[in-house]
Amino acid sequence: MKIAADYSTYLRPESKDHFNLEWAVEGISSADAIAEIESALVSIPGLLRARLNFTTRRLTTEWTEADCDPSPAIRTLERLGYRVAPFVGDSEESEEDRYTRWLLRCLAVSGFAAVNVMLLSVSVWAGNVTDITPETRDLFHWLSALIALPAAGFSGQPFFYKALRALRQGDMTMDVPISIGITLALGMSVYETAHHAEHAYFDSALMLIFFLLSGRVLDHAMRKKTRSAAANLAALRIPVASKINADGHVSDVPSDALSAGDLIHIAAGSRIAADGIIETGQSQIDSSLVTGETELTAVKPGDLVYAGTFNHHGALTIRVVAAGSRTLLADIGKLIDEALTNRSRYVQLADRIARIYAPIVHIAAALTAMMWIALGTSVHDALIIAIAVLIITCPCALALAAPVVQVITSGALFRKGLLIRAGDMIERMAEIDTIIFDKTGTLTLPEPSLIDASQLSDKAMLMAGRLALSSHHPLARAVSEAVREKQKRLEPYPDAQEITGSGIQCVIDGVEARLGSPSFCNVTAPVWKENVSYLAFRFGSEAGLISVGQSLRADAADTINKLKAKGYQIMILSGDHSDIVRKVANDLSISDWRGHVLPKEKRDLLVAMKDQGRKVLMVGDGLNDAPALAAATASLSPATGADVTQAAADAIFTGKRLSPVFDMLMLTRKGRRVMIENFGLALIYNLIAVPLAVLGFVTPLIAAAAMSGSSIIVALNALRARHAETFKS
Amino acid sequence: MTILLYLVPAALGLGLLALAAFMWSLRSGQYDDLDGAAHRILNDDDVRVD
Repeated sequence: MKIAADYSTYLRPESKDHFNLEWAVEGISSADAIAEIESALVSIPGLLRARLNFTTRRLTTEWTEADCDPSPAIRTLERLGYRVAPFVGDSEESEEDRYTRWLLRCLAVSGFAAVNVMLLSVSVWAGNVTDITPETRDLFHWLSALIALPAAGFSGQPFFYKALRALRQGDMTMDVPISIGITLALGMSVYETAHHAEHAYFDSALMLIFFLLSGRVLDHAMRKKTRSAAANLAALRIPVASKINADGHVSDVPSDALSAGDLIHIAAGSRIAADGIIETGQSQIDSSLVTGETELTAVKPGDLVYAGTFNHHGALTIRVVAAGSRTLLADIGKLIDEALTNRSRYVQLADRIARIYAPIVHIAAALTAMMWIALGTSVHDALIIAIAVLIITCPCALALAAPVVQVITSGALFRKGLLIRAGDMIERMAEIDTIIFDKTGTLTLPEPSLIDASQLSDKAMLMAGRLALSSHHPLARAVSEAVREKQKRLEPYPDAQEITGSGIQCVIDGVEARLGSPSFCNVTAPVWKENVSYLAFRFGSEAGLISVGQSLRADAADTINKLKAKGYQIMILSGDHSDIVRKVANDLSISDWRGHVLPKEKRDLLVAMKDQGRKVLMVGDGLNDAPALAAATASLSPATGADVTQAAADAIFTGKRLSPVFDMLMLTRKGRRVMIENFGLALIYNLIAVPLAVLGFVTPLIAAAAMSGSSIIVALNALRARHAETFKS
Repeated sequence: MTILLYLVPAALGLGLLALAAFMWSLRSGQYDDLDGAAHRILNDDDVRVD
């Protein structure tokens, strides 16, 4: 049976003889990969050009023909140790990209204008205390207006649009006082310039826009980085299905391209790509990713199997059933939607402050004007002072306070292997007091791992590891991974052969070596034990058993202890059998646990805890956890979790360790603390600047110095959020 | 102060030139892979040793 991969669904035509194919690449550890990958692909027939984007870890390849065959390229990359998957950008991501570029354009325009207007303003400030003539000052002011008005009109758009939208919805965000401040500063300056006045605030308005835009650009750049990393993970996990065509030959297609009625072939040791009814074959199915149960279920022709479950033993042929009748997924989807609508919209700290801040400053400005009029000043002068109050209170530092911390914290989290999906989750995550863990795939490793290989010598294990590289079966992968931990560079035997359903064999130095099922290696099979699978290895007369199974993440106990020491309440909710859950709970000394919990019960338990006033973090990977993740105060999912589950989670953690959970809580706590400090700093600035403005002492020079000074202090303070007490390995 | 008639347009013109250069570099995708660009400059595979 020959299997040909079909990539036509991913090919994007650029012109008649020019087709683009984008790949997500896994396994890039250093910048050497750029040269290594690009030069390795030079000799692939039909491939015009390959370019690796090192930031997004994506490879763009250009082909000359629509029916190109990228498989030699994939093989080349796999030989180099990279894993690739075709990648299709989603519309949300390209929308974000366009917005980021627009923000950058606005930033460039405001930067250019701010610098040039500042040049003119400094001349005026210096001239005011020396010998500038009123005519020259007017000329400089008019020139400033000529630059500032169009520049502010263009680069202020991000704030104006958001402010308008907030006002239309009867809401109050920081964008409203910002827009009012900018508009008033410009309007008053034009009026003053027309009346040959000494002071104009063009530079303040532009600098304000420049600082605020820098914060937003950084925020978007950081978000783009985490988003593209998450999208790559998703692309690498898209299951490929072996579709059996009408004429009997088999082709590999992405599982999204399957439709109801298609016949697919599922090899032993692979994930089932679509919901379907078994036509031929018998096997045992592991549904841990779907239900959390680790016990295998036997299936036979006529049985319904779900996408995401794992086929252990025999090959199966499955007739795909219609997407609409995905009973399980449809049920879970309904639960998630309910949970998301019930989750009250969290109001961010910055917006909560804006709701109080904006009315206060506007009332203060109005009172200032009235006070000066009452004291006998002209209406014109009183209004100028009142507007100066509004300019100086324009919340530059206040609006930067939260975003700069978000940038720093998400950067620190990214380095710890955590990808966050929403900026406001930092604030929610920092409030957590109770953590609920799922068991399978969260506290335990998602893939089986090596438990015991003491029957074999180190030399034999090395051979077993090299043999295992030739198979994609998860049990074989467990062996090769375990050996790789000791021996970094592991190469497969070139003439190793995989015998489906049995194992791998190869002749080494004239002696036959076998790795596979005990009977294949002629080793006596042991007594069956729960949750453990056995492999055997034979090399000539040397033979032994290797046991592989579900095991806890290596640092699970440490992490749980540290979390407890920090005062977090910890609980396990699992869909698995109570006996298995009890054992894990005992190993981790968690007293609060429940087994055999249905998805709806998980969610209901969580909602009940939230009603008691607890802030709950849910950590889970299975489809059965998704509704609970959506209902929780904040949620976290491992990168190996089901797609639906990751979509419902606030953040994703990568790697084999559990410590990111601890790091996430510590870093977000620190982030929130720094955020509050920043708001404090911004308010102190106002406490000093506002009385000066009210008394009429504020000149454009003081406004420029005070506003940029406070913004810089806030940005520098945000850098402190990088460091928190994190997990030491 | 007639010198201002030359100096101010010159200053603004130079600034605008820089702005236009930035816009061009942004459009031509030079900010798409900042990490990669930092390393590519050290890569001298294109220098043939014959």
